[in-house]
Amino acid sequence: MSLSLFQAMVRMATPILFAALGGCLCERVGVINIGLEGIMLTAAFFGVLVTYVTGVPLLGFLGGLASGVAWGYVIALLTVRFYGNQIVVGTGVNVFGLGLSAFLSQKIWGSRGASEAVQGFESIWVPYLGEQTFFVYLGFILVFALQFFLFVTPWGLRLRAVGENPQAADTAGINVFRYKTLGVVVGSAIASLGGLFLSLGHLRFFAWGMTSGRGFIGLAAMIFGKWTPVGCLLASLLFGLADALQMRLQALGILPSQVILLIPYLVTILVLSGFVGRATPPARYEPYKKE
Amino acid sequence: MIALAVRGLTKRFGDIVANDHIDLDVAQGEIHGLLGENGAGKSVLSSCIYGLYRPDSGRIFLWGKEVHITSPFDAIRLGIGMVHQHLMLVPHLSVWENIVLGREPRRGIQVDRKKVLRDIEKLFEETGFQLDLSEEIANLPVGVRQQVEILKVLFRGADILILDEPTAVLTPQEVDQLLATLRRLKAQGKTIIFISHKLKEVFALCDRVTVLRRGKKVGTLPIGEATPEILAEMMVGRRVFFEFPKERVEKGGVLLTLREVSTNPPGVPLKGISFDVRSGEILGIAGVEGNGQSELVEVLVGLRRPKGGAVLFQGKDITHSSPKERIRLGIAHVPEDRHRLGVILDFSIWENLVLGFETEPPFRKGWITLNLQAIRSFARQKIREFEITVPHENVPLRTLSGGNQQKVVVARELAFEPSLLVACQPTRGLDVAATEYLRNLLLAARRKGKAVLLISADLDEIRALSDRVLVMYEGKIVGELAPESDEYQFGLLMGGKGFDEAGVASSS
Ligand SMILES: Nc1ncnc2c1ncn2[C@@H]1O[C@H](COP(=O)(O)OP(=O)(O)O)[C@@H](O)[C@H]1O
Ligand SMILES: [Mg+2]
Repeated sequence: MSLSLFQAMVRMATPILFAALGGCLCERVGVINIGLEGIMLTAAFFGVLVTYVTGVPLLGFLGGLASGVAWGYVIALLTVRFYGNQIVVGTGVNVFGLGLSAFLSQKIWGSRGASEAVQGFESIWVPYLGEQTFFVYLGFILVFALQFFLFVTPWGLRLRAVGENPQAADTAGINVFRYKTLGVVVGSAIASLGGLFLSLGHLRFFAWGMTSGRGFIGLAAMIFGKWTPVGCLLASLLFGLADALQMRLQALGILPSQVILLIPYLVTILVLSGFVGRATPPARYEPYKKE
Repeated sequence: MIALAVRGLTKRFGDIVANDHIDLDVAQGEIHGLLGENGAGKSVLSSCIYGLYRPDSGRIFLWGKEVHITSPFDAIRLGIGMVHQHLMLVPHLSVWENIVLGREPRRGIQVDRKKVLRDIEKLFEETGFQLDLSEEIANLPVGVRQQVEILKVLFRGADILILDEPTAVLTPQEVDQLLATLRRLKAQGKTIIFISHKLKEVFALCDRVTVLRRGKKVGTLPIGEATPEILAEMMVGRRVFFEFPKERVEKGGVLLTLREVSTNPPGVPLKGISFDVRSGEILGIAGVEGNGQSELVEVLVGLRRPKGGAVLFQGKDITHSSPKERIRLGIAHVPEDRHRLGVILDFSIWENLVLGFETEPPFRKGWITLNLQAIRSFARQKIREFEITVPHENVPLRTLSGGNQQKVVVARELAFEPSLLVACQPTRGLDVAATEYLRNLLLAARRKGKAVLLISADLDEIRALSDRVLVMYEGKIVGELAPESDEYQFGLLMGGKGFDEAGVASSS
């Protein structure tokens, strides 16, 4: 693998990694977060919007992150507090994210397709990894921080227990609702970083539907990574590689571009169909009701 | 000193009064039995004490001071620990993670593993347990899981332990071990509330016993003043007969014959099993569980193919007949694990009552449709006949007590007048009244001239009902005893001791 292909792989893996890590945290507390795609898109949009208005990418970043936290709360409220169906809620988030960003784009920039360009984050050069925005490095740091949090700290232990057997956690004196909410909110916030990477780190404008399925590929990476952060990283790199190769092949122009574009999705399907039957999730995806 | 006192505790669920003004006093250092039929309110009472349910009224005192327990967290803080009827463990966490969950000793932001290991080691000494702490719960047998629960409770520093029907899931050997542990904890000054509906255990363990019936307290007495008859009457509300009058029944001809039946693994291989069952008799198969009883039953009902030998029913060779053909011929089966083989919990009662018989003429209308009307009236009739307590035939079976679920199974199996009933552990997990009812049903079947093969790990049950008893050990029939023979002889055979030592000759 050439160095530039390696660097492209890392770059393309980053948004998938954020989605996978976010999804992983949600699933660890027993909530399937189908809405990752919508969360990422919303964050990408608000990141650009706030930067556009203020001219400060850092504020854009915070704005996008806040949208992720907000989605996390909404999802937690609906699925944890009010026992809503997780698939329905997640699908709602995706549909809403698409609709909201299109509507506001139209209002603000007069086009539902794309925003005006905004200032983004500067790249930082690191040996081997090359010129990358800080998102890439943050992703790596998060992997190890989460791995440590989940498997070495008491709160990680409780989080895992709450997802797998909420009743047991409850009788052990753990506040099930609090930990479930925590997992979903932090997970959604992490996923929103993936959207911000795309809009503020990568393209520096907002394009409608720009996440193009990476939230779902993130879910696939999470399953392939067996619901551990380090596993998510490895799986994301695989999908990132598929994405990077796709771009290479595109440049070479040997196959019709429509076929080449399919590659990352084909890899996803192949990996999952060979694997998903054997992967047992660590949690029960049912609302926990007391009494 | 009174460790725990409850005064006038009432808890309602809608119209059901699960606990009706319960008073309870538990002295420090005693083992206090809480006895009652299924549905009497034992679990609800303990859940109220443990803060899982909020009582509608009533007061709870600990060491003489009133306390308000609103969550398990409060209860744990006050030194109350509970081992639940359905174990509360996280399957894919390790033993030690389950033990410390919610109470993790910390060093900085990490779980302090060294301290965890030290603390648990100390608990091993106190309880006499010895477990592999890094094993996942999912890989452990249920008896060991329960030990983890007990360690979990002790790790939280509980002085008062509530155990909700802890023996329901255990084998007899595991029960003995549990009782020994509880005595050991008592000697260390712990106060224990032991919930059960098994009189034998209560007599073996408790200092005093409180009986609940239909949500009300019937009374408390020191174990020295109690007899099984007194306690059973308090639980059931009427006299219970531990002796089952066995009328003389004229035995008919041989109905079922096994000739040198043997099987291959998986499971315990059967080795040359031969016996006859006549109509009008109950043949008991005694033995410690896991000595081939399940495999024998599978051969009889057609779920397992024997390697050698023959099974004859009414003189006909059925060794290779399908389960369906056997049902047609009149072999009925009350399975050992009713949830796995006997019923579908989320189906309604009427659906469960025709399961397997749905293609029989009375339930069919034309070629492809069920005669729902006939099925429902059949179900209503069975509910009446077998005194199954349910609001109507449409409720899912899951909502019934174990005793009523088992009645549904038996009602269905007896509905088409089989000539042989294979009953496996028919009263396991059932309360006194349901047990009595089912045992009487078996005797009634015998009276009608049916043959019954009774497989049970409960030696008292086997001896009370059977005409003859065979003892199984490691896939073989190791002897035949009359039901009146003493328990010691049974014990020797069940433990695989030679026939000579047990003082009987081998039957084969
Ligand atoms: N969560 C609940 N909701 C409604 N009814 C309940 C609930 N828990 C228990 N009950 C009812 O309360 C009564 C007592 O139940 P329980 O305490 O579990 O009996 P047991 O003595 O067998 O432990 C039963 O009639 C049961 O159906
Ligand atoms: Mg109970």
